[in-house]
Order: sequence, then C-alpha cells, then structure tokens
Amino acid sequence: MITRRRLIQSTAASGLVLGASGLAMPALAQNRAIKIGYVSPQTGPLAGFAEADAYTLNMFTRRMAEEGLNVEVVVKDSQSNPNRAADVAQEAIISDEVHLMLVASTPETTNPVATVCENEGIPVISTKAPWQPFFIGQQGNPGNPESWRPFDFAFHYFWGLEDVIAVFTNMWNQLDTNMQVGGLFPNDADGNAWGDPEVGVAPGFAAAGYTTVDPGRYQNLSDDFSAQINAFRQANAEIVTGVVIPPDFTTFWNQARQQGFIPKAATVAKAILFPQAVEALGENGHNLSSEVWWSRNHPFTSSLTGESAADLADGFTEFSGRPWTQPIGFVHSLFEVATDVIKRADDPTDPEGVAETIAATNLNTIVGRVAWNGEGVPPFAAQNVCKTPLVGGQWRRQDDGSYDLTIVDNQTAPDIPTGGQMEEIS
Amino acid sequence: MMWIDTLVQGVLLGGLYALFAAGLSLVFGIMRLVNLAHGDLIVLGAYVILIIVSALGLNPFLAALVALPIMFTIGWVLQRVVLNRVLGEDILPPLLVTFGLSVVIQNALMQGYSADSQRLRPGPIESASLDLGVVTVGVMPLLTFASAVVVIVALNQLFYRTALGRAFRATSDDPVTAQLMGIKPASVFAMATGIAMIVVTIAAMYLGMRANFDPTIGPARLIYAFEAVIIGGLGSLWGTLVGGVIIGVAQTVGAAINLEWQILAGHVAFLVVLAFRPRGLFPRAND
Repeated sequence: MITRRRLIQSTAASGLVLGASGLAMPALAQNRAIKIGYVSPQTGPLAGFAEADAYTLNMFTRRMAEEGLNVEVVVKDSQSNPNRAADVAQEAIISDEVHLMLVASTPETTNPVATVCENEGIPVISTKAPWQPFFIGQQGNPGNPESWRPFDFAFHYFWGLEDVIAVFTNMWNQLDTNMQVGGLFPNDADGNAWGDPEVGVAPGFAAAGYTTVDPGRYQNLSDDFSAQINAFRQANAEIVTGVVIPPDFTTFWNQARQQGFIPKAATVAKAILFPQAVEALGENGHNLSSEVWWSRNHPFTSSLTGESAADLADGFTEFSGRPWTQPIGFVHSLFEVATDVIKRADDPTDPEGVAETIAATNLNTIVGRVAWNGEGVPPFAAQNVCKTPLVGGQWRRQDDGSYDLTIVDNQTAPDIPTGGQMEEIS
Repeated sequence: MMWIDTLVQGVLLGGLYALFAAGLSLVFGIMRLVNLAHGDLIVLGAYVILIIVSALGLNPFLAALVALPIMFTIGWVLQRVVLNRVLGEDILPPLLVTFGLSVVIQNALMQGYSADSQRLRPGPIESASLDLGVVTVGVMPLLTFASAVVVIVALNQLFYRTALGRAFRATSDDPVTAQLMGIKPASVFAMATGIAMIVVTIAAMYLGMRANFDPTIGPARLIYAFEAVIIGGLGSLWGTLVGGVIIGVAQTVGAAINLEWQILAGHVAFLVVLAFRPRGLFPRAND
C-alpha cells in the first residue's frame, strides 16, 4: 500500500541520495529523540479515564531519564470528542513528527486516532476499548465480515464482548434467578455494539440460558426510563444489564426503585466504573456489579518499575489524593509496552520496523501478559488484537459510606483472586 | 393501565422540563433575551448547592434555601455588569455573550471540580414511592411537578399583583414609555434575572437529586426548555408549564411505542404545535 507518508519518505530519501549527502542520514536519526504521541480524553465527559495521565507521565519521564533513553512524549487532549481526537492525532504526526502513537480510553478516542495513524503509516498501540468496537468499528463496512481487513500499524489490547458475556453470566449463575435479563443499550458506539441482535451480547446470553429483553436504543442523557421499566416488568426481568453512562444509570435506578422495580442483580458496564459514580447513588449502590479489568488486587507487576498493582494504586492515591480506579493500570501498561518496543526496535524511528516489533511483543505488564499472538481472538483480528484478563466484581458499601470493589467471580481468569461471593440486591 | 402509567410519568417529566424552562421564559418574556447559558446556570446552581451541602452538612432542600440569595445576587450582578451592556436592537450580541458565558461556566466548573459525576443526595426520599392504586409514582417526581406549579403560580402572582410585576410588564411592552413613568429598565432587568436565578436554583436542586451532574451536561437540558417555552407561547408562564407537559407526555408515549422515538416524539410534538400555532399556544402579547 502506498500511503501519503511513505510516498513523501521515499521521495525525500531518493532526493537526499541525489544530493550526495546520504551519509548524514543515519547519524542524525540516532541522535534524534524518539517521539511518542499520546492522545487521551483529559477533559470532557470521559476525563475520568485519563485521571492517571499526570501520574503515569511523571513516572515515565523519571524512568526514561534513569534508563538513559532519549524519549519525548507529545501529549494531546481529545476533549472527549472523536473529531478532535482525529485532529490532534494528525497534528502529532505532521507537526510534532511522532514515531509511535499511544491512545487510550473508549472507541470514541481509540478509533479516530488509530484510523489516522493507519492512513499515515505511523504505528499505534491502543487500549481501553472492547476490541469489537475497535476492530470492527474501523472497518469500511462493519456489516460485512468478508470485507474486514487487518491493520498494518494499529495494535490493540483489551478484552472483548465474549469476555463480558462470560463474566456476566458466570456472576448471574451464582444467584437463583428466572434467567430473564433486561438490557439498557443507548444509541452510541458501545450501545449499538452491545445491543446488536446478531453480534451483540444477547446471543451469548442465550447460549448460557439467559433471555434478553431489549426495548431498543435510547438517547443518552435521557430524563425518563419508565418505558424501559415497564418493558422489564412485563417480561418479569430479575436481572438488569447494559452499557450506560453514569447520569442515566442514576436516573434509571432511582426511577426503578420509585416504581417498585428491584431486580436481583444489576450488572452494568461504564456507569459504575468509578467509585465516585457509585457513591453518588448513596445506599442504593450496594451490590451493583460490573466487569473488572484491573484492580489493586490483581497479581501482576510492572515491567517498568517493578511495582505491584497495590503499590501502583497506593502511589496514585498518594500522588493525587484520590481513590484508585481501573484505568490507572492500563495507562501504566501502555507506557510499559511502548518502552519495551523502543528497547527492542532496531530503529525506533522506522514505522515498518516498529510495527513489526510491536507485533512480536511478549511482555508481562501490570495488566497481565500483552502479546499479539492471536490467543482467544478470531483469525480475522488475530494480527491486531490481544486480550487481557477480565473478571467480575461487586460494589460493597462500607460503614463510612464509601464503596469497595470486591471481585466475586474469576472463572475467566483463575489467577486473579476473588474477595467474596456474588450477593443479591435487596 | 400501562398507558395511564405512561401518561402520568409523562406529566411528571413535564414538570421537570417546565421547571428548567420557567427561568428562561421569564427572562425572554421581559427583556427578549435568549439566554444560551441557561442550562449551564442550572448546573452552576447545582454546584452551589453541592458546596453548601458539603460545607454545612445540610439536606439539599435546606441547602437550596441557603443558595437562593447567593444565586439571586449572581443573577443580579450578571445582568447589571454584563448582560445589560449588550441588550439593544440587535439580538446577536446577547446571543454571543450568553454563548460565551456557557463556555466560561463549563470550563470554570471543570477547572474547579473536574469532570467527576456529582450528585445531591436527599436521603431515603429519593427512592420513596406512592401507590395510587392504578399507578405507582415516585415522591421526588411528584414533588418536582408540584414545585413547578408553585413556581408558576408564584411568578404569575408576582407579575400581576405587585408593583414590581407591573414594572416588568411595562418594560416588556414598551421600555421607552416605561422610562417616562420613572422605571429604570436596567434595574428592572437586573431584578428579573435575579428572580430567574431563584427559579434556576430550584430547578438545579431537582436536577441534582434526580441524576448525576457534571460541568458539561447543561446544554443537553437547554433544548427541551426552549421547546417548552416556544410551545407555551413566549412570555406566558402557564404556557411554559403546558409546553413542558406536552413534551414530557410526547416523550413517554413515544418511548412506550418504540424507545427510539422517545426524543423524536418530543421534537415532533414541538413542530406540530409550531405548524398550527406558530406563536405558541398562549402568546401573551402581540409583538
């Protein structure tokens, strides 16, 4: 494939040869700092995902100085806006001339950045978005699996919908329910992917014996959920699931309680990721459950600093005065992978070489092993997607009103310890 | 039975929209000022209440009472120092200024309180419900609707029974003649914005108790408020309540048929009203 960038590079190189000063090239390249671009949603509604950015960048700068590596990080804010994410990625590539791009946090950030990098021929490592919205969402025709193509420069590690399905049904199997599930799927990238009747979560739930009631896509920031509550009640749903933004889940949960609808389990992604959002629910947040991608009890250590998950979480709390959250581990791991790639690459400024180096990664990070070896991933995405472990957790209210995330199901990743059993909502 | 429930929930939702819209209606009715920062001012009000709740440990209802004079002052100063300077024949400057204000408020709140979801927690009442036989309604939505009615009644009393109300109406109808009668539009406008901010505070309290809020959610609430004002007829406060209820019912009925029609149904109701009554249902004056 001839990309604009490769064309410019090859013409520039031949121009230099013609100018008979080709010898200067390699020497320059060696002295040049290696530039890494990092795009994340530092402001706007997704800012919670980027909370650990300053902490992680601090650590990274310190480690790079200690290792004597000449690495510069160009940090860009997506402002939680996909268009802006694409713009700043373009800027980082063209004006700042980064050699490697890192991107994290929701398909709204990872997809536009990865698409720009793929087009420009700049290697990109991406995380914190389920792999289906990442891989399928960037295809020209997401509806036609035959047309899907692997990426040359985009590499992603996280979990997928199949892991969420396994974790959710494992948790529900611990309870005695009628196996009727009500689904809250909004009209956004995540909601459409999860709610798709063919490739969403419903077929997976059905395979585990659960029937899904899906009243349809609703608009985010909705003020009224009585239609959904009525539909769930009519179907006698004892479980509620979905991928809901925090304000909407609060509205739904209060309305459900006001209208006397209290399911035995409410297992939702996104809405109750952060302790602050659960605390906002007061007593009604007790025993809400969700998927857990990282916790301070995960049995992993950092390849950069040697810290354990607990050390990293405590370090963050000390640095910022705030409770630990799941994204901390993943932002840290992104820079672990980047460092590993830079160290292993023959020439960290050569895009093709770096892409090959990324593909050959096999690194134990703070979020588990990262290796693009195709394990557990369908063949069409094997080249670009790596999966990290996912378990299930439940928020437990403490005596002082704060919440603690207890891991209640680890059948999907037995090396991550559980802290209790799944409990019914009362 | 389900349809009665849908209707009742829609009417109660309409109360919330009417509360969002009442302040907007008041300001527009008196000084023809379209306040694009209205949604952000509601969010600002929610943060003011939140600060009082966390500083004094008060219940959100009491904290809102404490917040009332603060918000009144903010509104008064805002009108006196900023908005009065841009009011005039041209409607563009106030639009631009309030748009800018919206950006400023959002970013100032973001700076001070980060993008975290916040919430006002009133205690057990938030999930309390009343069984009315045919339907079960939440106490909080019922209180919201009742407050919307009380706010509208109180504003109407103020408008039609007090000297200040006469000044409001006179300035709205003909500022030049009102000035001849010894009314200073600048201070009348400042009072009006102050009072609008009192309504904003009440709306903020219910918004903050109903769902999470963060610095950026203001504008999403603005569109329904605008539609409620326009459906009701510019300057008519009862019209604003009716407009809110129409949008609320249209949304819940639309959602009951198909969830994807929820938001669309509200907008369609708005367009239908505009098609048949371009000046709204209860336009106050011919201007």
